[in-house]
Amino acid sequence: MKIRTAGRHIKESFKSIIRNGWMTFAAVSAVAITLLLVGSLIALLMNVNKLASDVEEDVSVRVYVATGTEEEEREALRSELEGIDNVDTIEYSSREDELDNVMGSYGEEFGLFEGDDNPLHDVFILNTTEPELTSEVAEEAAAIGPVVDDVNYGGAEADRLFEIMETVRNIGAVIIIALIFTAIFLISNTIRITIFSRRTEIEIMKLVGATNWFIRWPFLIEGALIGFVGALIPVSIISYLYLSGFDTLMGYLSGTYFGLLPPNPFLIQIVALLLTIGVVIGSIGSSLSIRKFLKV
Amino acid sequence: MIEMKNVYKKYPNGITAINGLDVTIDQGEFVYVVGPSGAGKSTFIKMIYREELPTKGTVKVGEFDLMNLKNKKIPFLRRHVGVVFQDFKLLPRLTVYENVAYAMQVVNRNPKQIQKRSLEVLDLVGLKHKARMFPNELSGGEQQRVAIARAIANMPRVLIADEPTGNLDPETAWGIMDLLEEINNQGTTIIMATHNSEIVNRVRHRVLAVENGRIARDQERGEYGYEN
Repeated sequence: MKIRTAGRHIKESFKSIIRNGWMTFAAVSAVAITLLLVGSLIALLMNVNKLASDVEEDVSVRVYVATGTEEEEREALRSELEGIDNVDTIEYSSREDELDNVMGSYGEEFGLFEGDDNPLHDVFILNTTEPELTSEVAEEAAAIGPVVDDVNYGGAEADRLFEIMETVRNIGAVIIIALIFTAIFLISNTIRITIFSRRTEIEIMKLVGATNWFIRWPFLIEGALIGFVGALIPVSIISYLYLSGFDTLMGYLSGTYFGLLPPNPFLIQIVALLLTIGVVIGSIGSSLSIRKFLKV
Repeated sequence: MIEMKNVYKKYPNGITAINGLDVTIDQGEFVYVVGPSGAGKSTFIKMIYREELPTKGTVKVGEFDLMNLKNKKIPFLRRHVGVVFQDFKLLPRLTVYENVAYAMQVVNRNPKQIQKRSLEVLDLVGLKHKARMFPNELSGGEQQRVAIARAIANMPRVLIADEPTGNLDPETAWGIMDLLEEINNQGTTIIMATHNSEIVNRVRHRVLAVENGRIARDQERGEYGYEN
């Protein structure tokens, strides 16, 4: 294509956007509202997903060391635990540390048990590489022998949690995919309506001898521009809300294992996704919509 | 120049609009196409610029063989065949000047030539002073003149006019006829479908009467021949 022709197509598309003011407005708002819905739901679902993973990560296997175990035996136990497949990290918490935790949670009265009266066990806390492998790791740890007094990982409760999280995650993925398809459908439909009102225009272009591509280009650029401008609105709303919401919520969540997805890269990914959907759907939608009218 | 041999056109709804039509039109002729409504006039005209493809037969326009013309090549045929419609078919969002210039942008002419030729044809149809107006600001006769200016902008060898005076008052209609005559004098073939007996009888040219999908009468300097 000659540069002059390309320039002409771009000029034509801008001209048409301005002269079809109300149609442009309708199409841009449709794109904006749809993408606002899609964008905020994606942001919400991705964060639910993140929380689900945080909850799962929080599940660990607690291996209670039998009372009266010598330090050597304990170190032997540590290396044996390290040898179990899929163990990611091992943390040691002595009975004194455990008592401190209890006192921190339930009150200073438990200070009575300090020293030799301490009924608690020394504990190894294992984190697994995959949350789903927790129960396997727990079973292997329990099988080590008399040094291990007990193994605890929340058992059935943790298993149930994993199941729920898996469902939450799957439903989230389905909703996101469905939403993207809805967006595609809505946007290309709006553009189709905009173009339908100009079918005579296309017919005349064909009758004076315009080639299909000569007619298509301005529509394609116009569609892309409408999609882009339409995406800018939800992008700015979502960015603003997420950035301000992020700081507030992270304040509440500090000190827990839970956290929101950090704006970098998450917000940038959403922005890129929405802009891409806008531009791609806008241009493809418009060129598909005029196809029917080009057969003159 | 235009040659149709044994042409048939049957529409998907079963109606046979053209039923074994033969005709030859030479370059530079002025031809009226007359006949009752529904006799196949419109289909005959539409086959010349390939809006309709015949079911069978031969249609040749200049070097274009329309029966074997690929869809991609249709635009190039239409650049040699200007068409003027009864309802003008101007682009409502473009000014008079832009409507005329559009036909030339399509052919990728350079902007200077486009400007020169647009003003030239607008001058020919007497609307140079209204170049910046939009079609809905013009009278019917003026809009028809714009449509003619657009149709001849690319200097087509054939100008097809489908009832160009159908929507106009008699005086305006005569103005359009003068214009078509002038274009014809410059060597352009004119094919004009019309129901206007006064024009056909006063400005004598070859008359093709289409009836039942055939040429029923082909007469040099003929009369309209139907009751109005």
